[in-house]
Amino acid sequence: MSTMLRINRDKCGYCGTCVAVCPEDALELIDAYLSLERECIACGICARACPLGALEVVHEE
Amino acid sequence: MKNKYDVLVIGGGPAGALAAKTAAQAGNSVCIVEKRPAIGTPVRCAEGIGKELLKEYIRPDPRWISADIESARIIAPNGTAISLDQARAGNEVGYVLDRKIFDRELVWQAAEAGADVIVKTRATAPIIENGAVRGAKVLSAGVPADIRAEVVITADGTEAQFARWAGLDTTVPLREMMSCAQYVMTDIDINAGSTDFYLGNSIAPEGYLWVFPKGDRTANVGIGITGRKSHDGSRAKDYLDRFVAKNFPNGKAIEAIAGGVPVCRPLPCTVGDGLLVAGDAARVVDPITGGGIGNAMYTGRLAGEVASKCIEAGNCSKEALMAYDTEWRASRMGMIIERNYKVKEYFLTLDDKKLNTLADSIASISFSEFSVSALIRELIKRNPKLLFELKALKDTLA
Repeated sequence: MSTMLRINRDKCGYCGTCVAVCPEDALELIDAYLSLERECIACGICARACPLGALEVVHEE
Repeated sequence: MKNKYDVLVIGGGPAGALAAKTAAQAGNSVCIVEKRPAIGTPVRCAEGIGKELLKEYIRPDPRWISADIESARIIAPNGTAISLDQARAGNEVGYVLDRKIFDRELVWQAAEAGADVIVKTRATAPIIENGAVRGAKVLSAGVPADIRAEVVITADGTEAQFARWAGLDTTVPLREMMSCAQYVMTDIDINAGSTDFYLGNSIAPEGYLWVFPKGDRTANVGIGITGRKSHDGSRAKDYLDRFVAKNFPNGKAIEAIAGGVPVCRPLPCTVGDGLLVAGDAARVVDPITGGGIGNAMYTGRLAGEVASKCIEAGNCSKEALMAYDTEWRASRMGMIIERNYKVKEYFLTLDDKKLNTLADSIASISFSEFSVSALIRELIKRNPKLLFELKALKDTLA
């Protein structure tokens, strides 16, 4: 099973809140889209902080 | 775009604009890079600022002032309102700005002073030589380039990645990140001269909800809640939607905005070799109000001044640039941030019942001064029975 971060680009408001709380500096807000640029440890802190619910840690078989 | 400047500024908000303008006026070659394709948008701000503070940096201009605020109300969970009225208070209240125009004006002033401005240009890494920041690698509309500089002033806002890449930890703890959502709403019944702050754990846990007028029937209606209380179904947007459905059911949202406001203490160090950090990136937001525009302009200007002096002296080491860090910490802004951080930590311990008690105790007072310290003084005076509990608050005034 693998764990990963899913970004819902339709919900995302491109505000960068997730970037500032990411302990791994994995996320980056590039103009009008959010990108997972570096290794994510799926801690879920960004998903908590998101004002809009655009981020989700998902577990895949 | 040249590939070498005296000062490179990362970010075209109020901190970056003041830094660039100040450094350019001192005779330096300066460049601002802004990752967005336009200065001023998207707005990630409730747009409120105190009049006195604003006037220290720019002459008020109706082109970018949306509303002139004469009173403020703090509304407790039980509906008790504490009113602060300019007519009775000794000082002025504030403005609600139009940041789209305001930010452009500030950057225009920087450009007029001689700074280059390059939009849609994102810093991707610092250029580091012998441990010192010597510029930035950028992607300018997709084209990679190196921009070298004697000093980099990073003013990249909440994300604050450039300083992180240069070795300063800018990560905001979840509990100290205010998760925010806002609508610009029109066709709503509001008092166009009053900013309203709603408190309560069912309204905005560990934060507040604001209604900041932008005109007769238009306002920024927004909310900030602590990241630790943010979950599916109870996010900033959910709280905001509930408030709007109840209070402005017929209003129209003409803009939807999200944002994060750091209410942690400022970075332990805002300087590196060849590097200065200003504005929200330095975490110099007022921890009580979440206000950051004035502090951004102050630190931006100071960063521009210190960078200029160090370049002239031919020494841009961390040690030399530390004059910036030392000065803002000892400034009025630095002291207010430290005090308001402690006040915030105290207020976070209060449940709704206690908030109501405190609000009721000062609801009938005519405040002679419009400030956090005036509110605290009255709270202490009016609640002798809570002397022990309010001691933490009292200590913040010492």
